[in-house]
Amino acid sequence: MKIVVCIKQVPDTTEVKLDPKTNTLIREGVPSIINPDDKAGLEAALRLREQVGGTVTVLCMGPQQADVALREALAMGCDEAVLLSAREFGGSDTWATASIIAAGLTKIGFDIVITGRQAIDGDTAQVGPQIAEQLNIPQVSYAEELYNEGEYMIIKQHFDDRFNTIKVKIPCLITALGELATPRYMTVGGIVDAYEKEISILGFQDLQDLLNPDFIGLKGSPTNVVKSFTKQAKGKGTKLADLTADEAVAAIVEKLDEMNMI
Amino acid sequence: MSKDIYVVIEQRDGNVQKVGLELVSEATRLAESLGQDVVAVIMGDNVSNKADLLFKYGANKVIVVEDPMLKEYVTEPYTKAFTKVIEEFEPDIVLFGASAIGRDLAPRVASRIHTGLTADCTSLDIDPESKLLLMTRPAFGGNIMATIVCRNYKPQMATVRPGVMKLIEKDEFEKGEIINFRVDFLPEDMNVEIIKVTKEEKKHVDITETKILVSGGRGVGGPEGYKPLSDLADVLGGEISSSRVGVDSGWIEKERQVGQTGKTVRPNLYIACGISGAIQHMAGMEESDFILAINKDETAPMMDIADLGIVGDLKVIIPKLTEAIKKAKEAKIVD
Repeated sequence: MKIVVCIKQVPDTTEVKLDPKTNTLIREGVPSIINPDDKAGLEAALRLREQVGGTVTVLCMGPQQADVALREALAMGCDEAVLLSAREFGGSDTWATASIIAAGLTKIGFDIVITGRQAIDGDTAQVGPQIAEQLNIPQVSYAEELYNEGEYMIIKQHFDDRFNTIKVKIPCLITALGELATPRYMTVGGIVDAYEKEISILGFQDLQDLLNPDFIGLKGSPTNVVKSFTKQAKGKGTKLADLTADEAVAAIVEKLDEMNMI
Repeated sequence: MSKDIYVVIEQRDGNVQKVGLELVSEATRLAESLGQDVVAVIMGDNVSNKADLLFKYGANKVIVVEDPMLKEYVTEPYTKAFTKVIEEFEPDIVLFGASAIGRDLAPRVASRIHTGLTADCTSLDIDPESKLLLMTRPAFGGNIMATIVCRNYKPQMATVRPGVMKLIEKDEFEKGEIINFRVDFLPEDMNVEIIKVTKEEKKHVDITETKILVSGGRGVGGPEGYKPLSDLADVLGGEISSSRVGVDSGWIEKERQVGQTGKTVRPNLYIACGISGAIQHMAGMEESDFILAINKDETAPMMDIADLGIVGDLKVIIPKLTEAIKKAKEAKIVD
């Protein structure tokens, strides 16, 4: 069984702050991490390998610096790492990204593809299903549990107010929720091994026969960002400090009463 | 030529989900500036009786796709059905709710059709000159907003967060055209098998439907800290909700989380108790009609967006407030 996990290297958005003066993002000093849902997917893949045997390959599209994320995945126990990296890939939206990753997957081969549900920097949850469509395989999104049953995967999917237990034939693509599996830590031995392993790099030339150059990168993307901005702060309300608890309660009750909330 | 705004109506067990009606309401506003119609599309098994509800919220036409294969939502049959609708009718714009189902279906359809899709929009508009759909969404964990267009591909597609668009009920007696659209399915279209469906057992609370929310953050201190908040919510007829920290710490269930990774709410009254106001949280509640913040820290960002900010200890204030509201209510009954 060849399991391939697609990961994204993302800035830790919980560490991002706004500069109160310029109202712009402070990007310096923000650490890069493996996207949390993807990391849960990695863990699930490693556990699945324990059940069914085979290999776990980790695949990432991004700049050269993304090899840090791949090394971390190797140190967790993945067998192989592939980086999709080319100038032509830059600026791709979800449609274009999915077609590049699908080309990479076709090149390296797969039985099961696991992606995170969504990345914390883009929050779109689109790339997983779009890869599945490009590969013409079924997808099961929002996976919270999974196991193998011969040529099928059984997946517990969390869809808002319900759980669906889905049986799907391999090959298939699964998108992982953070709840799917708590990622293991890297071991010292794993880290040493990770730096001894080779990371295969696939560039535009390597995937040329599988890609239409008009449909990738910034120019080939159906959607374009025309404007980005930070939100305007709302007008100031009333702030009451230095009140006793009883005074504070009286002020609140008066206000709620005024609004007919009581 | 592509025309009209299509809204994919999500139904679960035959019940129309509120987000679909919100999107029909929003689509009527957009359609006006385009001089186009609003078309609601409902897929399922025995769902044509829902058309009247969709007309009531402003749909001009309703397309019904019925088939036993569409009884439960499964990605491939729904993708096939809706792709056929797009190929037949050539919409200008398609809107989906950004629910689990919408976010499973929309990217698959966009990929098959080869068009752009913008996820989780929080505001939509029409560019007065180009007539393109301007799709605005939070990115970077809610830290920035981005406006996105899809220039060269049709339809322009977006998923929209539930609870963001205002519900506008139109004329009761409004009627429109119902189109029954047939899709021929093959047995192999059902490419997965649903073995079991389990509904969440605990009482389902939808904080996006609640008019009053009493919300707790780090300042409540632990799971027991939500009890006084719950008492306050009870006297006000509201529900309790939480910032991310309460959910991540296991103090309260995930379905009550407000914010970028939780739900977007716009209640009449939002009481933020001990919530400092991370951008990710505020992205989910800043549209509330009235925000009351109670916090020890005067400099907490929540204080800046609150309509009324009280600097003080919530552990003292909340129980007293609950009692005071009880008394005020009793006094009114005597009146």
